[in-house]
Amino acid sequence: MASVSDAELKQMTQDERAKALGMTTEQLSGQSLYVEFDPDAEERFTYPWAPDVDFNKRTEVDCDGMTTTEVNTKIRALMQEGYGTVVLQNPRGMHSLGVGILSRLNLIIEGSTGYFAVGLIDGPNVRISGRVGWSCGENMMSGTIMIEKNAGSTFGAAIRGGDLVCRGSVGSRTGIDQKGGTIIVGGDTGALSGFMMQRGRMVVCGNAGKNLGDSMYDGTIFVGGEIKSLGVDAVEAELTDLDKAWLTRKLTQYGLMPEKGVDHFTKIVAGKQLWNYDNLEPSEKKLIL
Amino acid sequence: MCGIAGLIHKGKSSAVGSEMTAMLQALKHRGPDSTGYAVYGTPTKGDYIMRLKLAEAEDMEKGRGVHKMIEDRITAVEEVLAEHGAVIKSKDAPREYSLRYVLTIAGDGNLGEMAEHIEETEGVEILSMGNGLELIKDLGDASVVSEAYGLNDFQGTHAIGHTRMATESDVDIKSAHPYWAFPYNDVSVVHNGQITNYWIMRREMERKGHRFMSNCDSELLAVYTAHNLANGVSLEDSLRRSIQEIDGVFTYLVATRDQLGMAKDTMAAKPLVLYESDDLIAMASEEVAIRAILPHEIDTTDPYDEEVRVWQA
Repeated sequence: MASVSDAELKQMTQDERAKALGMTTEQLSGQSLYVEFDPDAEERFTYPWAPDVDFNKRTEVDCDGMTTTEVNTKIRALMQEGYGTVVLQNPRGMHSLGVGILSRLNLIIEGSTGYFAVGLIDGPNVRISGRVGWSCGENMMSGTIMIEKNAGSTFGAAIRGGDLVCRGSVGSRTGIDQKGGTIIVGGDTGALSGFMMQRGRMVVCGNAGKNLGDSMYDGTIFVGGEIKSLGVDAVEAELTDLDKAWLTRKLTQYGLMPEKGVDHFTKIVAGKQLWNYDNLEPSEKKLIL
Repeated sequence: MCGIAGLIHKGKSSAVGSEMTAMLQALKHRGPDSTGYAVYGTPTKGDYIMRLKLAEAEDMEKGRGVHKMIEDRITAVEEVLAEHGAVIKSKDAPREYSLRYVLTIAGDGNLGEMAEHIEETEGVEILSMGNGLELIKDLGDASVVSEAYGLNDFQGTHAIGHTRMATESDVDIKSAHPYWAFPYNDVSVVHNGQITNYWIMRREMERKGHRFMSNCDSELLAVYTAHNLANGVSLEDSLRRSIQEIDGVFTYLVATRDQLGMAKDTMAAKPLVLYESDDLIAMASEEVAIRAILPHEIDTTDPYDEEVRVWQA
């Protein structure tokens, strides 16, 4: 833009002006789902303000008697000091632990958490040895979360990236509004799992409750056990060799590979019968745009 | 939002009063308006415990006349008790507007009719009646209520409790939980959620002769349970039936003399965390409440949609 002066712009036609301002040449930057994984753009893997942490520097925080805000502020302060491994002890069902961490961190929670555990994160590797309440890993962008016991409802709501793994069973509405990433459940999941799912993959090794994948736009759900019922516009699809290879790789990675392999998994995708939003008459489109 | 909690000890008595206080205090953030308890002690044969509310907490600020009014109401209640052959063994007033009687009732007096006659006095509501049940509800958080009503020393087998955030009706004692399943001895209900066919169901229940004291939707669950029990339906079947007949989002707990039951709606929209061991079962809206009485590492689960469970004390 700097190469074009205001006087020159005034002389141009609308078409020329748009081109001169970079309509065809501008490179979009920032973190979108696609550029994030561009290997050439390594600087985009971390935020410019992210603290430089060392995974070998380890420290413990005893949550007893602390408020959620105090714990979360403490984690940030420790990261500024360069601690890369933070252990939270005695969480005893506290809510909103470790939310909004936007850089590399090895976070270990020894015990169970309440609602919204490690939501809104972008990058950390989290291990939780207990159970998590509702909405664990909500809207996570990247990183991994490993839960050893059970999880509550709306597990991984609106998740956009990363791997969210629960070894036990989870509640209802797992992966509601999922927009990317992978949710893996070792046990069963409740009703309305994958409701309005838009992208990404969900793997349930056990059984799924009623209305699985209700109104899903896109994305894929794999279920190892029984499905109580499918939701509106969720249909069964063929499990391809590529799916099997992916399932084997992912489940082996997290130690959840069933003894009988992955051939028994059922694959659920969107039937796309509800995709009405492009079926407008040209005149109607004009009205909307 | 509301928070609910329940616990039941199998085959033994424990300090359920202080345990429930710890659980409800941990749930205070889910509803600070009022707190209620239904605790079940060991029944003494032939003794009935009756808890009454003689006025709302806010009435107490309406001038000196209110003290006289409450005295008149007590006189009226005691007259009815005498008429029905009930002998007052002891009488406490933890707050001026709340009374606790221990009664012995000669013969097999009609308790339902007596309860109806007592409530004919304006402003008087029977909070609970039964052999083991003590139902306490008042404004304020768990620490305030348990202190005022001396609940910390209470020994019993099981209890349910509620911290209320008023969304559907007023902040007062009559809209606070738990609800007693009038006129059923020892049956109480706590609820978290919203019932969407409340008025339809309420009118149906009213046509069948049941009484409603408040406009709180949760009261319906107590009346509904009472109606089913009256028709010989078991607690478990009543809970199962309610999932089909009552609309909305709800998780509710029902306690009887020796049982504790839970039911969750078809959407599983309201939370409940469950801990089960051989001698103790505890459940609450949030894990933090269970951890208030069990600080060591435990395994907990979320019940699924349409799940119904009943435990025996």
